[in-house]
Amino acid sequence: MKASRIPAGTHGTPSELAPLPFTLLCITTLCVLAAHAPHMPVWYTAILAAIIAARWLQRRRQRGRISAWLRVALLVAVPAAVIAVYGTPFGREPGAAIVCGLLVVKLLESERVRDARMAIGFACFILMSALLFDQGLAFTIIVGLMLLPALATLRALEPGLPGGSGWSGWLPAFRTGTVLLGVSLPAALLGFVLIPRLATPLWGAQGNGEARTGMTERMAPGDMHSLLTDNAVAMRIGFDGAPPPESLRYFRGMVLWSFDGRAWVPGDAARRPWPPAPVGVRGPLTHYNVTLLPSHQHWMFALDVPVDAPEDALMGPDHTLWSNKPIDQAIHYRVASAVDYRLASERLDPRLRATALELPDGFDPGARALAERWRSEAGANDDAIIRDALALFHDGGFVYDLDAPPLDRNSIDDFLFNTKTGFCEHYASAFTFLMRAAGIPARVVVGYQGGYWNAFAHYLLIRQSDAHAWSEVWLAGRGWVRVDPTAAVSRVVLADTGGAAGDVGGGNRSWWMPWQNRLDVINLWWGQTVVGFDALDQGHLFRPFGIEHATAQMLGIALAIAVFLALGFGALLASLRPRHKPRDALAAAQLRLQRRLARIGIVRGTGEGPRDFYHRCILSLPASAQPLRALATDYLELRYALAEPPPERIRAFLRAIRNFHPRRVVK
Amino acid sequence: MDAAIRERDSLAARIRRWLPALARGRRPEALPVTLDRNRVYIVPTRAGLGFAVLLATMLIGALNYQNNAALLLTCMLGAALASSMLLTWRELHDLTLRSLHADHGFCDARLPIHMAFADDGRARPGLHVALDDIEQPCPLRAGVSRATATAPTDARGWMPIPRLRFSSTLPFGLFRAWSWITPDQYVLVYPRILRDGRPPSHHDDPRERTTAGGDEFAGLREYHVGDPIRHVAWKASARHDHLLVREFDRAAPGQPLRFDWRDLSGLDRETRISRLAGWVCDAYTAARPWTLVLEDRRTLGPGSDAAHYHLCLTALAELP
Repeated sequence: MKASRIPAGTHGTPSELAPLPFTLLCITTLCVLAAHAPHMPVWYTAILAAIIAARWLQRRRQRGRISAWLRVALLVAVPAAVIAVYGTPFGREPGAAIVCGLLVVKLLESERVRDARMAIGFACFILMSALLFDQGLAFTIIVGLMLLPALATLRALEPGLPGGSGWSGWLPAFRTGTVLLGVSLPAALLGFVLIPRLATPLWGAQGNGEARTGMTERMAPGDMHSLLTDNAVAMRIGFDGAPPPESLRYFRGMVLWSFDGRAWVPGDAARRPWPPAPVGVRGPLTHYNVTLLPSHQHWMFALDVPVDAPEDALMGPDHTLWSNKPIDQAIHYRVASAVDYRLASERLDPRLRATALELPDGFDPGARALAERWRSEAGANDDAIIRDALALFHDGGFVYDLDAPPLDRNSIDDFLFNTKTGFCEHYASAFTFLMRAAGIPARVVVGYQGGYWNAFAHYLLIRQSDAHAWSEVWLAGRGWVRVDPTAAVSRVVLADTGGAAGDVGGGNRSWWMPWQNRLDVINLWWGQTVVGFDALDQGHLFRPFGIEHATAQMLGIALAIAVFLALGFGALLASLRPRHKPRDALAAAQLRLQRRLARIGIVRGTGEGPRDFYHRCILSLPASAQPLRALATDYLELRYALAEPPPERIRAFLRAIRNFHPRRVVK
Repeated sequence: MDAAIRERDSLAARIRRWLPALARGRRPEALPVTLDRNRVYIVPTRAGLGFAVLLATMLIGALNYQNNAALLLTCMLGAALASSMLLTWRELHDLTLRSLHADHGFCDARLPIHMAFADDGRARPGLHVALDDIEQPCPLRAGVSRATATAPTDARGWMPIPRLRFSSTLPFGLFRAWSWITPDQYVLVYPRILRDGRPPSHHDDPRERTTAGGDEFAGLREYHVGDPIRHVAWKASARHDHLLVREFDRAAPGQPLRFDWRDLSGLDRETRISRLAGWVCDAYTAARPWTLVLEDRRTLGPGSDAAHYHLCLTALAELP
């Protein structure tokens, strides 16, 4: 290869990596690690970061690659560690962990400009893949900002930056990328809007939305703990009129009928294709729109209790909503609910009744005995039994605590008579069990309760931490009645997990939670406009121009035109000459001096050359002769003797002019 | 394998030969010349093509996973990298080469060429210039409008300044912009210097010099083509593999040396010129006066100053 290029300026051999781009490359790699840190094991991230730091220190002392043995060892260790943690090298998390490790290995052998460019390209790709895990606005902005060190590295690989080991090269290195990202943002947005979306993925990409553990169909004591400490947004609800009062904000998700001694599951009853009993509506219906974020389940949530199923959904016999497709992307639906209602008040289907009284044999004898005692005391009065149970939770030394101890085989007995500590699912589970043992048909309902009312944007924000479980009992003449046993608990221990349990009215929300709630309106906008922008929205892009449905071809043509226009516009911008002609600083300074002298009566004549003029000044102002003589020498030399006067000397001359104040001699 | 590489090289070489022929800026033109948009060319570099593939991969990935945040990031990166093309182009656009002047240079050495650009207040830190295959950085800061590059020389005499190729890959090295200027200007290249012949003695008359036994014998040295045959130390040479000649002490300072074209009979023309040039240089370095007698008996000197030195070398360079 002929030495046809001499790039990268001042350091060492042409293609060798200078210290500044190498440092920037290390920073870029650290950024990539940081972007992926949320889903990588902490020790893995820490080790990779330590390797980067060690490599940086090593190269600062002496250039050269890390020995090949070490690199090969790392090349083997990275996938080995990932397989040890995840059990497989395939999948999103293991894949991300492996590529992060490979990038670090690449850094170990980066000694040339070429290596660094490859590493930067690789880093950009890995940065993008971090967005597969979280598409939130804040995270997207952070990842976008992480492009800056990558672009700064690319810039530093080229010549023309101030050299040296100081910080002088940093600002110019970052400036180019920042300006380019800023200037090209409109073009980027245009591309984003116009790039035709794929109607169906090219390869398997199902169920790859955000990796959230939403609500599950199985409720065992302690299962909901991770949910109740998750501040992720579950759904947003906009009401047509005023929102329902806080005490009625129960959002029904699924109904759990079947108990196996340990966990509650929907059971067969929920799946039976029976039509739901008509809802006895009292008072006006509440109409509202729901945006449900992906849960990868079929359950849809509605204010207790929905009167009809929205499109593409069914209503189960227990008035739950079941989407026909798993909710892999955010969906919007509109429902009407009755907050004041009667459910199956006339009669309970005997088969449902049997299911609602079913208890597993051989579990929890203590709870059964307690319920039978209540029954014998209360006779036929179901209300009294419910009161007994709530009184037990209120006065029996029960504690609401997210850190509930694990329960033994007879979980209800253990909870009721021993630990007496738990959260909504413990109470709902125990209460429902007691009711069934006492002969009252009962079931567990899981959903969300509470939420944050954003008065500014008029919507109710429900987070995963608002998840809740409560009970419904069937009472003759009144139908299914909601009972929230958790609300009866008097003692609340605030968990320090930073999470929030919706069922105690937001007792332990952290200090920034209110701000997060208020700012959620931005997230809402982001989710609806950007993340939710899909092929359907795109098809409607040209509606204002009378095109009902834009095809991919139209979009492509529009994109091509946009690219062409953007390039043309950019070229126009780039070819603009700097507006101000390089000013003649010397002439300006000289004029300034003349103005100052004119004020005291020494005016330069039209035909008077600078030498004569200075001479005359010196004669007229003997007090200032010394500085004037110096100025004259400087000016004449700068103006006439030097073809290319050094800028320092020009600056010194300007300074001298500024500091010159003619002293007038009183005559 | 080897043949394949050669094949490719020759193809590349052919393209290199062809492209300039198609491009503007190949006809000699008088300075100043401004690189307007019609004559600045730009193509992606190899790294640029690599990034294009990378962006395409990112795009397909983001589309496939229906991940709009990733798509937005890809669009931002793509737009920023693509618009870096405009910055690359801007490095050359509107560059005005005001004037050129060359130093005195000898044939076969690289000849420094000083370029003066119009100062438009714009910095061009990544500017490179090439007068042959070697790219030389010539960064321009705002307010600095001079730079120097070197040109190859292969023959004495008046040489047209070779075509200048200005190029830049700033800011990201993904695009390469270039443009040609062929200045309508010549520089004088001094002859190649040969230093292997002993300069003749100081005497005016060459015949007298050859019998100059009065000079003090100083030692022996290897024979070089052109040495007077009577200086050969035959006896000493017989004991060695090669011929040796006697060296005599130089004449006392103050007396002008005489370099005569005819002293170098038996040599080809270019070697004679080179030898004379070498003597002139040595004398000038030693600050000794000399006289140069050319082929046509034109006599220059005696003298020892810079003007005389340049006069002599110019005369030698301009010999037909």
